[in-house]
Amino acid sequence: MSVSYNKILQKERLKRRKLSFQLVLIALVIVVCAYVSELFDGQRLIAGVPSLLLIFSESIPPDFSDWQSWLRPLFDTLAMSIAGTALAMLVAVPLGVLAARNTTPHVLVYQLVRGMLNLLRSIPELIMGILFVAAVGFGVLPGVLALAFHSIGMVGKFIAETIEHADPGVIEAIRATGASSFQVMIHGVLSQVIPQICDVTLYRWEYNFRASTVMGMVGAGGIGFELMSALRLMNYDEVSAILLLILLLVTLVDSLGASLREKMK
Amino acid sequence: MIQLNKLSVIYNRGILTALHPTTIEFRRGEFTVLLGTSGAGKSTLLRSLNLLNTPTSGEVSVAGVCINNARALRNHRRNTAMIFQQHQLMRRQTALYNVLAGRLGYYSSLRSLLPMREVDRQLALHCLERVGLLDKALERVDCLSGGQMQRVGIARALVQQPKVLLADEPVASLDPSCAHQVMSLLQGLCAEKNMTTVVSLHQVEFAKIYAQRIVALVEGQVIFDGCVDELTDDIVKKIYSTPLLGSY
Repeated sequence: MSVSYNKILQKERLKRRKLSFQLVLIALVIVVCAYVSELFDGQRLIAGVPSLLLIFSESIPPDFSDWQSWLRPLFDTLAMSIAGTALAMLVAVPLGVLAARNTTPHVLVYQLVRGMLNLLRSIPELIMGILFVAAVGFGVLPGVLALAFHSIGMVGKFIAETIEHADPGVIEAIRATGASSFQVMIHGVLSQVIPQICDVTLYRWEYNFRASTVMGMVGAGGIGFELMSALRLMNYDEVSAILLLILLLVTLVDSLGASLREKMK
Repeated sequence: MIQLNKLSVIYNRGILTALHPTTIEFRRGEFTVLLGTSGAGKSTLLRSLNLLNTPTSGEVSVAGVCINNARALRNHRRNTAMIFQQHQLMRRQTALYNVLAGRLGYYSSLRSLLPMREVDRQLALHCLERVGLLDKALERVDCLSGGQMQRVGIARALVQQPKVLLADEPVASLDPSCAHQVMSLLQGLCAEKNMTTVVSLHQVEFAKIYAQRIVALVEGQVIFDGCVDELTDDIVKKIYSTPLLGSY
């Protein structure tokens, strides 16, 4: 009897040893990556501290004297994030249905849409911003488009994966009532994943608001433009004032999103 | 041996009284079944015994000593093992890993970061063998059937070497043959280890077969407390005829 105990424990010990070996390997990879990224260059890190302190001291106290000229760009930023998220959701839901293995009409469509979503996700929104500025000119419009298209890549994939995890039993039950395949899609599939879709919408809105604050750097509207010009002129006290305002708005947007999510539970 | 003194539990800021002030004692080695419909307060009473529910008033005492500080509570929980309806196991871990979690009360927080002692591993395997699952020790729990998972849950409780065993609807999600298997396992363990055992159930038939003592609850109040023979049809009717007061 205790022989079989020892056998089991030995097998378990072997497993544990394998796991710790893998952990050591991962740790090694991390250390190498940190070395390549020059994280261990202590001298350089220490040398950076004084300049950082200098910038910090120059940015206090924050200079809010120009606040009136920031209101419109801040409002633009907020509008950009909401419009961009809405546009993204409008496109992402149908794409998500096409990109889910259990609801796609054809394997080719699945592959094509998945590939498209991957492509959209792999282009950073700043690059998208530059492309859309080139296409439609300066202003808020290219910012909205850039946020929306980048979001579609991420949200579409998320929705597709959520649909793939939907309970097939429920879908079967709806089909058994004699519902058409369109009805099955709406009432069997989408009604199951609506809570997740609402969740991801709010998360994405929070994310897009943070992302939209830098859109102005490439001329795509919003507070980022003011931030960039203050930085260029090395007016660090203005930079810190704008950053504080952005922090305030990000906090507001995040807590609004959180309370909406809490309400939908 | 373990006693509730005028203990009451009120949920939702005073809206729902789950358990009216109750004084009850569970004696050493006794196999008690808590009977009642869902929402009658069985789980609340059971979970008050190891203070998973915070009492609104009243106290829990063991052998006359009140459980009123963190150290006493930890000690009390170590001596009072619990089995849950939904097993509440770590599904992606092995059965052995889950059972070993039952020994955590015997380790300091820091020590438990290191692998557990060999004797405890042997003990865990012994408990798995007792519930008939030695050959599944290194299987992931989510590969096991419902009845097997519940037996892993029992092994996790056993490895605590408890004086009191609490089981919250342990057979509610099992088929009848599995349910009888689990109930007779609990009954056997109670006798074998002289453990005070409290099991909540909603089926009268099971209670009649296995219980020494039956405590019946209706709307958060004990309406019957006695041995199986004293449980008349009238009382059974009373337990089940009361309209539900909403679930908790």
